[in-house]
Amino acid sequence: MMRATDVLIVGAGIVGAACAFELARAGLRVAVVEERFTSAGATGASMGHIVVMDDSEAQFSLTRYSQLLWEEIHEELPPDVEFERCGTIWVAADEEELAEVRRKCAYYRDRGVHAEILDPAALRQAEPLLRAPLTGGLLVEDDSVIYPPAAATFLLQQAIELGASLHVGKAVASLSKGSARLADGSTLSAGRLINASGRFAPRLTPGVQVKPRKGHLVITDRYPGAVRHQLVELGYLKSAHSLTSDSVAFNVQPRKTGQLLIGSSRQYDVEHDGVEEAIVSRMLKRAFEYLPALAAFSGIRVWTGFRPATPDKLPLIGPWLEDPTLYIATGHEGLGITTSLATGKLICAQILGHTPAIPAGPYLPSRQMANETKVETNV
Amino acid sequence: MFLLDRPWLSPCFSRAVLPERRSQANRALRFAVWALASNAGWKLTAGRTGGVARWCAKKTWKSTPMDSGSQRSFDVAVIGAGPAGIAAAVTAAKSGASVALMDDNPAPGGQIWRGGASRSHHPEANRWLERLSTSRVTRMAGTRVFHAHDGRLEAESDDSLCQILYGKLVLATGARELFLPFPGWTLPNVAGAGGLQAMVKSGLPVTSKRVVIAGTGPLLLAVAAYLSERGASVLCICEQTSSLHLRYFTLAMAAFPRKLVEAAQLRFRCRRAPYLTSAWPVAAIGQDRLQAVRISDNGRLREIECDYLACGFHLVPNLELARALQCSVKDGFVEVNELQETSQPNIYCAGEPTGIGGMELSIIEGQIAGYSAAGRRNSANQLFTARTRYRRVVGTMKKAFALRSELATLAKPDTFLCRCEDVSINEVRKHATWRAAKLHSRCGMGPCQGRVCGAAAEYLFGWTMDSLRPPIFPVRCSSLAAMSSPAIPAQPHGGSQ
Repeated sequence: MMRATDVLIVGAGIVGAACAFELARAGLRVAVVEERFTSAGATGASMGHIVVMDDSEAQFSLTRYSQLLWEEIHEELPPDVEFERCGTIWVAADEEELAEVRRKCAYYRDRGVHAEILDPAALRQAEPLLRAPLTGGLLVEDDSVIYPPAAATFLLQQAIELGASLHVGKAVASLSKGSARLADGSTLSAGRLINASGRFAPRLTPGVQVKPRKGHLVITDRYPGAVRHQLVELGYLKSAHSLTSDSVAFNVQPRKTGQLLIGSSRQYDVEHDGVEEAIVSRMLKRAFEYLPALAAFSGIRVWTGFRPATPDKLPLIGPWLEDPTLYIATGHEGLGITTSLATGKLICAQILGHTPAIPAGPYLPSRQMANETKVETNV
Repeated sequence: MFLLDRPWLSPCFSRAVLPERRSQANRALRFAVWALASNAGWKLTAGRTGGVARWCAKKTWKSTPMDSGSQRSFDVAVIGAGPAGIAAAVTAAKSGASVALMDDNPAPGGQIWRGGASRSHHPEANRWLERLSTSRVTRMAGTRVFHAHDGRLEAESDDSLCQILYGKLVLATGARELFLPFPGWTLPNVAGAGGLQAMVKSGLPVTSKRVVIAGTGPLLLAVAAYLSERGASVLCICEQTSSLHLRYFTLAMAAFPRKLVEAAQLRFRCRRAPYLTSAWPVAAIGQDRLQAVRISDNGRLREIECDYLACGFHLVPNLELARALQCSVKDGFVEVNELQETSQPNIYCAGEPTGIGGMELSIIEGQIAGYSAAGRRNSANQLFTARTRYRRVVGTMKKAFALRSELATLAKPDTFLCRCEDVSINEVRKHATWRAAKLHSRCGMGPCQGRVCGAAAEYLFGWTMDSLRPPIFPVRCSSLAAMSSPAIPAQPHGGSQ
């Protein structure tokens, strides 16, 4: 006879795993149900950059909180998570971007995040392979990099050790009012349900406004020491902002193996996961503009993934008003890895009725329902 | 000679490497040596890994300007310059088509006729290589096709990029060795049978070295004969199949008397080496290199001290290009009709990817594909009888040399499955699919990109490999950036990393 489940989580990506982790730590009985395998969705395709972002106060708040949570547990992370505090350098290519560097630096410093402006000489020293001339950069040294599938597995294992159960290979057909009906006909019931199924969330909870945003990544052979920090162009934000067109932006990450992960691209309204040569081409050419040496590096694999994106670029974390048992935890776009731990904390606080460490208002799913008409015309 | 070609293999190299990059350089070296010792880690990988190793030694990295791509067009493009590819190319050219023959290696011949005419023993080889050299085939050596889509190939060579437009395409991509994991199989000096032969052809000295050859099939004899003549002391040949199966095979080959004579000649050339049946390696023993092999010989376990172990457990067809082009694959081989046409229009396939059947069958299939691609169907028809005859070899080989079940259980839980990334069987086995295993264990994420461990995983766990995404093989990022889009949108492949 199975013990009653307190919380049932659909989706064993990093967000589902983080929720399971927090809820199990809080003493609740958790069950995680996954249709394919752990990290089969965006988590398995993602870059694993833990980064503090300043796009909005709400985004800063969530990413900073979560980054600190990663700091707290980083020593417990096993070696296959490959946690590396390599820092991020935001690269400025012209005077306008340099002004943005100064603004960003002030923004971070005012909020207690270490940030240092690098002049061209210092930038050159920090990253010798960056082309000259660049106008400068912003070094955010506390940002880090992990291997997301291993992190998700770690979080799930911790949850399991605390009594959680994981059901892999089980598709959920419907999710509501304290029960999940599986595709095989069986039913699982729980006090609370969490829809953490990433871009598939609208299938289980119609009305959730999450759309897939396709991205491509290229990984190279090992070139240890070639790049030392995660390098992102300031134009990245313009790319992430664009609501309609395909865009690419320079974003390169050094992995602990010495391999380089080259991104990034964003496309709306593409359903198939095939590699698109034109996008890869644009993305790589953009990368060569910053790191010319990359052109000669060996590219060993290209893949795609889909970020779960919301219309206002903030995730959905919180109760679904139409169903008192249901919570939503998805829509993290390109910040899922970073903000997974904070999502777990927020969801846990909401379920237990505690005050969350940061205000949860900006991320509440109810905002989508309030703005339904307005948001539809924007997207 | 061997080391001069590849100075980064010498022991002095590590001293040249910057201290902070030493462990990575050593890793790259270790892999490069192994890659050269097997034809599963193909030359390209060894070259690239060598590149990484060299890079580790440099204090500054300079990027060299890339040659801008060129575009060429041919009636028939043939990929793979082994027996099947050479036969296809020569035949199509003779029929009046403009033909390109592309291969990764610097000289034609593929694996089986490696090194070109001067070093090959087989008269067929010399005959075809001679025909190739006097034909009007455009030979593109050192050229790797990394992406293919409707009518167009993207190929990379050491210093340039090329786009090939074709009317018809012949895939003659051959096969590579299946590596069966067993304890100690990743020790230095344990190599593939064909791989060790290739290394010796490239200059590796084996005079007076003690070699044990293990595996299955006629390849073992060929390798044993070759190595014996190079001065190696072949201690024994361990054939896993039973003597009963071997007798069946000999009887079945009576329909091909020339092959029996060849086999007898090969056996004579390595007559000093005991030929054991129902024998297979159970473990390779040694500290930092091979020192002895433990074999199971008709149920008895014994240890043989040796310097090299060459393993040849069947061939795995190279299907990457066929899969990337969405040719239908059935039971692990490319499906072709009687004209060697695949399920995709204008694409033909000949040789091992359609069924492991040896040199003669590859040559015949290559000729049929060549005639078909050049529009000479009548000439193609005339070879059907010969092909049917040699196709019987395929079935006979399969039955006679089927791998026994004990071989699937040789590996211990901590035996490596993925030797690029040092992933043990146990770590891989707990996943349900190849994709999950790659994501969670790094198996298949290394330089060989699953060519070795993937085949082993397929054999051990019955997993099917993913559909392919470009690049089919690792290429320079600049080549990736130069890939152009097909006219039709990309077909769905398969999710995450």
